[in-house]
Amino acid sequence: MAYLAKRVFFYLFTAWAAITLNFFIPRVMPGDPVQSLITKARGQLTTEGIQSLYVLFGLDKNESLISQYFKYWGQLFRGDLGLSFTFFPSQVSDVIGQALPWTLGLVGITTVIGFLIGTGLGTLAGWRRGSWIDALIPVTTFLSSIPYFWLGLIAIALLTGPDSFFPAGNGYDTGLTPGWDWEFIGSAIQHSLLPAITILISSMAGWILSMRNMMVTVASEDYVTVAHAKGLSERRVMVGYAARNALLPNVSGFALSLGFIVGGTLLVEIVFSYPGLGFLLFQGVGTKDYPLLQGIFLIITLSVLLANFVADLAYMLLDPRTRREG
Amino acid sequence: MATPSVVEATPVAAASVPAKRRRLRFVANPKAAVGLGMMGFFVLLAIIGPIIAPYDPSARSNALIEGPSAAHWLGTTHLGQDVFSQVVSGTRSVILVGLLAGVVATILSLLVGVTSGYLSGAGSESLSALSNVFLVIPALPLIIIITSILPETTDVTIALVIGLTSWAWGARVLRAQTLSLRGRDYIEAARATGEKTWRIIIFEIMPNLTAVIASNFIGTVIFAVTSEITLAFIGVNTSGDNWNWGTILFWAQGQQALAQGAWWWFVPAGLAIALLGTALALLNFGIDEFVSPRLRGSGKSKVKTADGRTVKMRVGFTPVLGPKDTP
Repeated sequence: MAYLAKRVFFYLFTAWAAITLNFFIPRVMPGDPVQSLITKARGQLTTEGIQSLYVLFGLDKNESLISQYFKYWGQLFRGDLGLSFTFFPSQVSDVIGQALPWTLGLVGITTVIGFLIGTGLGTLAGWRRGSWIDALIPVTTFLSSIPYFWLGLIAIALLTGPDSFFPAGNGYDTGLTPGWDWEFIGSAIQHSLLPAITILISSMAGWILSMRNMMVTVASEDYVTVAHAKGLSERRVMVGYAARNALLPNVSGFALSLGFIVGGTLLVEIVFSYPGLGFLLFQGVGTKDYPLLQGIFLIITLSVLLANFVADLAYMLLDPRTRREG
Repeated sequence: MATPSVVEATPVAAASVPAKRRRLRFVANPKAAVGLGMMGFFVLLAIIGPIIAPYDPSARSNALIEGPSAAHWLGTTHLGQDVFSQVVSGTRSVILVGLLAGVVATILSLLVGVTSGYLSGAGSESLSALSNVFLVIPALPLIIIITSILPETTDVTIALVIGLTSWAWGARVLRAQTLSLRGRDYIEAARATGEKTWRIIIFEIMPNLTAVIASNFIGTVIFAVTSEITLAFIGVNTSGDNWNWGTILFWAQGQQALAQGAWWWFVPAGLAIALLGTALALLNFGIDEFVSPRLRGSGKSKVKTADGRTVKMRVGFTPVLGPKDTP
C-alpha cells in the first residue's frame, strides 16, 4: 500500500500547487487588469464589484499577500469562487455547477470509449503487422493532426442542416425543460452524438499508435514465443499474453495525457455550443471574466487529478508489481 | 531475443547495401523524407509568405464573401479580405510560435530532465516532482488563463507562455532515459578516468539522447502550433494585423461562415493545420523508426519454407511451426 500512499500524497501536493498557481497568476502579471475592466464596463460595475475585483487580483493594498492567501483558501473551502461578470450577479460556483455535468458526461464517456477502441485497434495493428490494419496508421495520423474543433466545424457543415438527424448545437432541444425523463435524455443523447464522434475520431489515433508500438515490442518477448510454442490459440496469445503486458504503459499514458485530451475536447464544446465548461471558458475569454476563468481552471485541474487517481488504481489492478510490499 | 536470428537470415540484403548510403539513412525512410519535404515547404512559406501574398491580408475590398475566383484564389471574407493571402501570410506566425516554443520547452526539459536524471538526492527528486506536477495540470486551460490575463500578447509572448508550460513531458522522458544511461559501463569508465560531471553530461550522455530530444522537440512544436491556433480561435491575440490560421478560423466562426455556406473561409486554414501536423508527425515516426528498427513496417512478410509451407515472418517474432498439415 506504500505505492497508493505515495500517489495520494502526490495528488494532494499537485492540487495544492494548482490552487497556489491559480492564486498567484493574476497577482504577478504585469499591468492593471481591473483598470482595463472598469474602462471596458463603462461604469456598469458597482462599487462593490470593483472592490471585489481588486481583492481578487491581489491589488488590495491594505492586505498582505500572506493574509490574502489564507483568505483565498478559506473561500475555497466554502466553495466560494467569487462572482462572475458574464452572468452577474451569479456565483461562479453555481455557473460551473450547471455546466460540469455536461462536460463530465460528454468528455468522460468519449475519452474512455476512445481509449478502449484505440487500444483494441492498436493491439490488432501491432499483432498483424504488415496487414491492412497498418494502412490505418497514416490515416489516423492525419486525423489526429486536425485540431478537434476544426473537425467539429466540418462535421457541422457536412452533417447538420434543417432536415438532418444531427442538431448543430446546444446540449438538448431548447423546447424541453431539463429533467430525468426519457424525452429529455433522448434529446441530450441526440445532441451529444456528433460532438462525441468528433472527439472519438481525433483522440483514437494516439492510442492506436502507442498500443501498436508496445505490442510490437512485447511480441518479441520470450514468454510470447513460449506461449506460441505451447500451441495456444493465436487469439489467446495475443490477448492474454501480449496485450495484457503491452497495456500497462498505455494505461499510465492515459493518465498523463488526460490533461491534453481535456484541453482539446473543451474546444469541441465551443464549436457545438454545448453547454459545458469549454463553452463557458469561451464566453469567459470573450468577456475577460477572470473569476470564471480561474474557477474553470481549478475545476478542470481537480477533475483531471481525480481521473488520474482512478487510472492509477486501474494500473494497480493490472500490474501486481505495484502491489508488492517494500 | 529473436531479432538477431531474423537479421542473420537475410545477409544478402544487408551486403548489397552500399556503405555510402548510410549517411542518408534518415532521409531514405519514406515517412521521414515526406515529412522533411512538407516541413521545408512550410518553413519556406513562413519566410517568403508575406512577400508572395497577392494582397495585404487585412486590406478590405468590395468583394464580400465571394467564392474562389481567379482574382481571389480562396475567396474573400465578410470584409472583402483575401483568404489566400491570409493563409499564406499567417504561416509565418504559426511556424515562429511553434519553433520558438519548441526551443524554449526543449531547453527547459533538457535542464530539468538531464539534471534530475543524472544527479541524485533531494534536488533530483524535487525536480522530478515538479515536472510531474506540470505534467498533470492541464496545459491548455492554463495557457488560456495566462494569455487572457496578460495585458498585451504578441507572437513572442504566446510562444514563451506555451514553452514555459509544456516542457514537463520532455523532462520526464529525458529523465527516464538519463537514469538508464547513468549506470552504463562507459559512463562508469568516464567517471573513473576523472572526467568532470559537465563533460560526462554533455559529451557522453547528450549524444545518446539526440533522438529523444529531437522527437520531443517535434512533439512540442505540434502542441505549440495547435495551442496557438486554439488561442486565436477562442479570441486571444486576434487584434490588429497579426494573422495566423487560428485568426482566420476565429473570424469565420464569428461571422457564421458555416451557416452562410462559405466553406472556402475555414477549409484551407484547417487543411493547412492538418498538413503541418502530419508533416511533423511523419518526421517523428521517421525518428522513432530510425532509432528502433522494430517499429519499421515490414516489407515482404510471407516466406515459403523448403517443404512448401508459407510462413509469415514478423520482425521480433520467432516463427513457431505447427505440425505439418496432412495433405
